Amino acid sequence: MATVSIRDLEIEFGNLKVLKNLDLEIEQGEFIVLLGPSGCGKSTLLNAVAGLLDISAGQIWIGGKNVTWEEPKDRGIGMVFQSYALYPRMTVTGNLSFGLKMAKTPKAEIDKRVARAAEILQIQPLLNRRPAELSGGQRQRVAIGRALVRDVDVFLFDEPLSNLDAKLRTELRVELKRLHQGLGSTMIYVTHDQIEALTLADRIAVMNGGVIQQLASPKEIYRRPLNRFVAGFVGSPSMNFVDGTLVVEEGRATFKLKDGRIVDLAGYEFVAPPEHGRPATLGIRPEQIDLEKREPNATTIPVNLTLVEPMGADSLVWGDVAGTQFSVRIDGDAHVDTPSVVDAWFEPAQASVFDLATGARL
Amino acid sequence: MLQATPTPATAAAMSGPSGPRPRSVTAGRVGLYAFLFFAALFFLLPMYVMIVTSLKTMGEIRMGNIFSLPSEMTIEPWIQAWNSACTGLNCSGIKVGFWNSVRILIPSVILSIFVGSLTGYALSLWRVRGANLLFAVLLLGAFLPYQVFIYPLVRIYSTVGIYGTMTGIVVTHIIFGLPLMTLLFRNYYASLPIELFKAARVDGGGFFQIFFRLMLPMSTPIVIVACILQVTGIWNDFLFGVIFAGRDNLPMTVQLNNIVNSTQGEKLYNVNMAATILTALVPLVVYFISGRWFVRGIAAGAVKG
Repeated sequence: MATVSIRDLEIEFGNLKVLKNLDLEIEQGEFIVLLGPSGCGKSTLLNAVAGLLDISAGQIWIGGKNVTWEEPKDRGIGMVFQSYALYPRMTVTGNLSFGLKMAKTPKAEIDKRVARAAEILQIQPLLNRRPAELSGGQRQRVAIGRALVRDVDVFLFDEPLSNLDAKLRTELRVELKRLHQGLGSTMIYVTHDQIEALTLADRIAVMNGGVIQQLASPKEIYRRPLNRFVAGFVGSPSMNFVDGTLVVEEGRATFKLKDGRIVDLAGYEFVAPPEHGRPATLGIRPEQIDLEKREPNATTIPVNLTLVEPMGADSLVWGDVAGTQFSVRIDGDAHVDTPSVVDAWFEPAQASVFDLATGARL
Repeated sequence: MLQATPTPATAAAMSGPSGPRPRSVTAGRVGLYAFLFFAALFFLLPMYVMIVTSLKTMGEIRMGNIFSLPSEMTIEPWIQAWNSACTGLNCSGIKVGFWNSVRILIPSVILSIFVGSLTGYALSLWRVRGANLLFAVLLLGAFLPYQVFIYPLVRIYSTVGIYGTMTGIVVTHIIFGLPLMTLLFRNYYASLPIELFKAARVDGGGFFQIFFRLMLPMSTPIVIVACILQVTGIWNDFLFGVIFAGRDNLPMTVQLNNIVNSTQGEKLYNVNMAATILTALVPLVVYFISGRWFVRGIAAGAVKG
């Protein structure tokens, strides 16, 4: 059990700065997910925490100890890789005990720890098999076990579920969450899958271009994205963005679409008092829109509906608002005529307004 | 309304091409195989002459029909070549050279592969400062004609006192095997998933622990390739053997040359043929038992085969 603290970290490959002045404080026992598109530096950050990568500047502290110059093995970490990285010529037992043998742990202790890890992960029947004889899910369990036997304080996961099929991914996701609850260890988990991030994390760090865009609880990230990147990256199908300008008259804020129509924003909490005439983007999630008025505070936005995509439990209706693509999620049983022009309803309090130029939340 | 059940296959629906495509023998194919057959025959001809001649008596050879089968088969030339052929005044056959070659071969192959794999491992997986430059220099060494190095090496060896010894010849083979072996292993290790290495680092493995416990056990395919290259290369070596091995350790190739080129009395063609086949036997055996790997070895060493 340990805190992890990354202070002013900088990493460059040649002339390319991958991470810039990155600070991240992770509390003891916390499950942090680093979420971002490929190439955003999230795996680089994880490798730096593991000590597998040379850093250019900054410090890394684990458990109150400065480990910036320590070898990976001395950092009290265990790492699980996307490709499992099981040692192909060793049995499962061999894989689990490799690290302990390196640390010259007594034989009896090794057996005890391997048995315990095998029990936690339910891989006892597989102990004498080789990695080639295991399925993907079993391999990933063994890989997790390899970190488990070493009694590490911090677990690092590098997209551990990305190579598994959808069903198995869901299963192992739940197991990981249970494991975290059982062990109470600090976990840092890298993924580009937002569902994994939203379900597993205590806090999510959304990264882009080597910078943490927002560090907050999954709920906060989903409800109040700090900028347009976070808003667009988290959520599936992704948030609708409509450009326009803010209109403030007598303290009442409204949003003027490009075609001149007005959307009332009463109830939206601005970060700072809104400015009249500022170019802005209105962001509304498809699932926050209704084709009927259900909430008392809802306001309307005019939508041209053109296409219905049935997805079983619900349907996605595609169309446009003032020329910008727009989608609405409705109940799977509901019927919509297309093409048609309707007034869609949403609650301004749930929506987001971003500065058009900087993308920051207003 | 659409019909849910598929319509039964009627004769009309099944007309036209169906099932596997018929194989046809074209004139091109016949010509190709005919060419391959005759080419193989042509290249096997010297082999045939050697084997036939080695089984003839000198009397029969003198009649000059080199393509005819032996009228009375004899294995006497083979025994003579192995046991009592003369190189100068020493008449104990080519077996001395055979055992010398074996004694040179075994340590040279094992050590050159070991050193090459270790270098390749260090250059591919560890962040050695200037690794790429080092590798480039090493490869450059492989492209320089090695005759250039002979004189300096003779001087160095005689200074440290290993000139003309078993150590001298083994060291020579290790040095000259290093570029190719390093290239082979570096490329092989670079093709392995890097996560394996990272996992081992996190698990606490050091440089040598990861090498011996993880990398070497995974290297079987490339070790076989390296073995084939080195066994054939070192066995067929003549120049280094004659220069560095010293009188007592002359390898089989050198001794074969001495037997064939000794000029006292009559040239014993049958004995010479038998001795030559015996010398070529080891690479041939390696080739036949490892055909698939041999081709891969040549492909892997294509940069310098």
